[in-house]
Amino acid sequence: MARTLINIPPTARRGEVIEIRVTIGHPMETGFRPGDDGKILPRNIIQRFSCRYNSELIFSAEMFSAMAANPYISFFTTAQNTGTLALTWEGDGGFTQTENVTLTVTG
Amino acid sequence: MTELNATTTRRRLLASAVGAGAWVALADSTNAATDDLTAAVSRFAGGASVLKGRVKIDIAELVDNGNVVPITVSVDSPMTAANHVRFIAVFNEKNPQRDVVRFSLSPSSGKAMVTTRIRLATTQKLVAVAQLSDGSFFSHTVDVIVTLAACLEGEG
Amino acid sequence: MAAFMRTLPGLICLLALALVANAQTTTHQDARKSGFEFMGPSTQAMQKDDTLNPGMLSVKDGEALWQKPAGQSSKACATCHAAAQSSMKGVAARYPAFDDALKRPIGLSQRINQCRVQQQQATPLRPESADLLALESFVAMQSRGLPIAPTADPRLEPFRQAGGQRFMQRMGQLNLSCAQCHDANAGGKLGSSVIPQAHPMGYPVYRLEWQAMGSLQRRLRNCMSGVRAEPYAYGANELIELELYLNVRAKGMLGETPGVRP
Repeated sequence: MARTLINIPPTARRGEVIEIRVTIGHPMETGFRPGDDGKILPRNIIQRFSCRYNSELIFSAEMFSAMAANPYISFFTTAQNTGTLALTWEGDGGFTQTENVTLTVTG
Repeated sequence: MTELNATTTRRRLLASAVGAGAWVALADSTNAATDDLTAAVSRFAGGASVLKGRVKIDIAELVDNGNVVPITVSVDSPMTAANHVRFIAVFNEKNPQRDVVRFSLSPSSGKAMVTTRIRLATTQKLVAVAQLSDGSFFSHTVDVIVTLAACLEGEG
Repeated sequence: MAAFMRTLPGLICLLALALVANAQTTTHQDARKSGFEFMGPSTQAMQKDDTLNPGMLSVKDGEALWQKPAGQSSKACATCHAAAQSSMKGVAARYPAFDDALKRPIGLSQRINQCRVQQQQATPLRPESADLLALESFVAMQSRGLPIAPTADPRLEPFRQAGGQRFMQRMGQLNLSCAQCHDANAGGKLGSSVIPQAHPMGYPVYRLEWQAMGSLQRRLRNCMSGVRAEPYAYGANELIELELYLNVRAKGMLGETPGVRP
């Protein structure tokens, strides 16, 4: 399980546009870099990040080797009902990780 | 003058291919790297014309380190069901691979603004392309200066 | 003399003398600047905001390790030290500190390993390992915003002087000393990079060049490779002495761990 940093507002008003910031610890080995023996190290990157809000897909990112290590993404969504934000990262080597956070919506 | 004519011709060709999904090969650029970049953008747009405007890349002109470059792309859009941004794609000019990232948004996004951190191998152009819900494409191109760190890490 | 004092050069001289005289007591006239001030605004933003700072990944790992029982003792750091937010406050600010048993200064990461071996009966963590950096980052963050405060222990003085001599000493194929770049040419350029003053705040630091967290010792070794000198080994006395000298040189400047640096 990779370390993640997930930042959402503690509460939001219904209809408010909120920012979601996520970071995951991952080397994002490009597949273009030679190792100490001169041979190219195999690619090992996260290829996809997606966010589901109460099971509805609201945002996703298709990522390539040009994304920095320990990838950070910030995006916006409209607060609707109190519910779960499911944040999923998937990548090379069968890497998959989902973190669930509760978004509390008032009004 | 020759370049200006070539660009105008290119735009007319692309404009005529809107909706047809035609892919126009662009062979008249003298810079191969920029040409690949133009081809990647054109592929993403399915040959449709890509207009300048609405999209804005926020990035340092001279980066501290090419390994970790913060970038924000925002698109001027009301983000309603009728009029919103569907995709934002970022392409580079001189990395080993043109693609950087492709974001998918939805009307519930509220705001068409994404921030991330990317790798830039060297000084080069970056292009952010947005596809709107009506099928149109807009882009913004920037030049970014990237230099090597002064003291590189040795072995061991 | 009085006539000179009324001229512009005279007034500038007076002002310079006044600044030097006040340097010891008033920090706002301090010519020392953290490496933070030599970075671009987007890198500074990365450090200032905990939701943006990649070093927080390591700090969070350290926070988890603090609670984790280790070794034959099955004790966690928390077992003896309770909440790091109170027990570790100000600790990193006074390291390297004098170790009575070894009779020489040791760095914070060495102290952490001493605890692991002696108190937890666990194996020491490898230098530059993710776990050791995580614990060091978590502990050092508890001194964030606090002034660097090396102890006035007179036993440290010969080691501080040794570190200082090494700071002034030319080394490597490029035959450069730390002082030539970081004292004499700080603010100037090396290639396209701005030369910082080489203060030790913020370590362990998330260095963009490494795309990872790293210790001050790793950075010092980088510098040595940079001037084509054979770097001292991790944990070498020479590195601890340099760390001690740097901390005394930075006395009073504020801790920044986890720092972000280019």
